Amino acid sequence: MTRDEALFQFLLRMGDNTLVLGHRISEWCGHAPVLEEDIALANTALDLIGQTQLWLGLAGEVEGKDRDADRLAFHRDVWDFHNVLLVEMPNGDFGQTLMRQFLFDAWHSIMLGRLQKSADHRVAEIAEKTGKEVAYHLERSADTVVGLGDGTPESHQRMQAALDYLWPYIGEMFASDDIDAEMASAGIAPDPASLREEYDALVTKVLSDATLAIPQSTFSHKGGKAGTHHSEHLGHLLTQMQWLQRAYPDATW
Amino acid sequence: MTHPSAEQVWEWLDQVPDPEIPVISVVDLGIVRNVQWEDDKLVITVTPTYSGCPATSIINLDIETALRGHGIEKIELKRQLSPAWTTDWLSTKGASKLEKFGIAPPQPAGGPSRCPRCGSPKVEKVSQFGSTPCKAHWRCLECLEPFDYFKCI
Ligand SMILES: [Zn+2]
Repeated sequence: MTRDEALFQFLLRMGDNTLVLGHRISEWCGHAPVLEEDIALANTALDLIGQTQLWLGLAGEVEGKDRDADRLAFHRDVWDFHNVLLVEMPNGDFGQTLMRQFLFDAWHSIMLGRLQKSADHRVAEIAEKTGKEVAYHLERSADTVVGLGDGTPESHQRMQAALDYLWPYIGEMFASDDIDAEMASAGIAPDPASLREEYDALVTKVLSDATLAIPQSTFSHKGGKAGTHHSEHLGHLLTQMQWLQRAYPDATW
Repeated sequence: MTHPSAEQVWEWLDQVPDPEIPVISVVDLGIVRNVQWEDDKLVITVTPTYSGCPATSIINLDIETALRGHGIEKIELKRQLSPAWTTDWLSTKGASKLEKFGIAPPQPAGGPSRCPRCGSPKVEKVSQFGSTPCKAHWRCLECLEPFDYFKCI
């Protein structure tokens, strides 16, 4: 594996995370519990899709095979996706959606902070741009998790259930493989494991403000980043997201 | 061959309205970062406000159309991500035009200083997000009107 091949894979991971989560949240459009939340979710989705254009755009450039961001987003099959499993988990109720958002935003904001110091200036620039947006996402998802966790008995119980359901998907964000090792040795991206301490501190603080109990289990699902074992949910998401470009290849407005 | 000066081009660009908030120009918004001639080609450097802002491609098109209208034929629009756009780049003129239009301008404190309609400082946040990616939704507790606040980033 050359350095550029590893970089390409790394960029797909960044872009697929934002693409899949952006699509997931956009599923709420017109369905959120109140109008303000509907607008907030749609705006967050919009940010994430915009970020996807930057990551996948650069991925296509690095790959050098004439695949642009749209090509990569709409013409790859499920086993070629490299997002972490957490972001493809179903929306569930509003609480589960916001819990997933918080658990991802916390990782995302720390990761982008580190990437601003990337040895690859293109990566550093995207991290600088998107990091500002993600700081805003994190502020909101953390506030909402606290509001609902420390809310009514009903909202508290739902947030605890969401946390219990999603917790086994956290570990994958900090697991390292050959691609991460190559990125770390090139100074392009941090070793994922090195983000864990900061993540735990942040998440523990917010979840304790939310009066929620962090599950004890350290079991972790994996296979999303590597692309080898996606959940059954991702394929369904892609059938929706990719339908038009697959049925009418290269359709334009 | 002589061509219009960069100052002249900046003036023309200051006439190009933001497509979502037409009271301010793309120059007021602070997204035009550089204007430079490279031989007979005019290179305009533009930075996006938000990564996913749908207005970005319209803004580029509007800039190009306006400059063609002034007789410039060879134009290149360059995208620049870093340094990332910040509301600090919003012009003072732009900020006061926003307020007159009913949108509270960004404040370093993180929230509007007063209601853009009645001027009351008694305001509360309704949502961190609003009608476009650059705005949040607030409400005045005095005149009770809702209003947009231009997010500070
Ligand atoms: Zn008022």
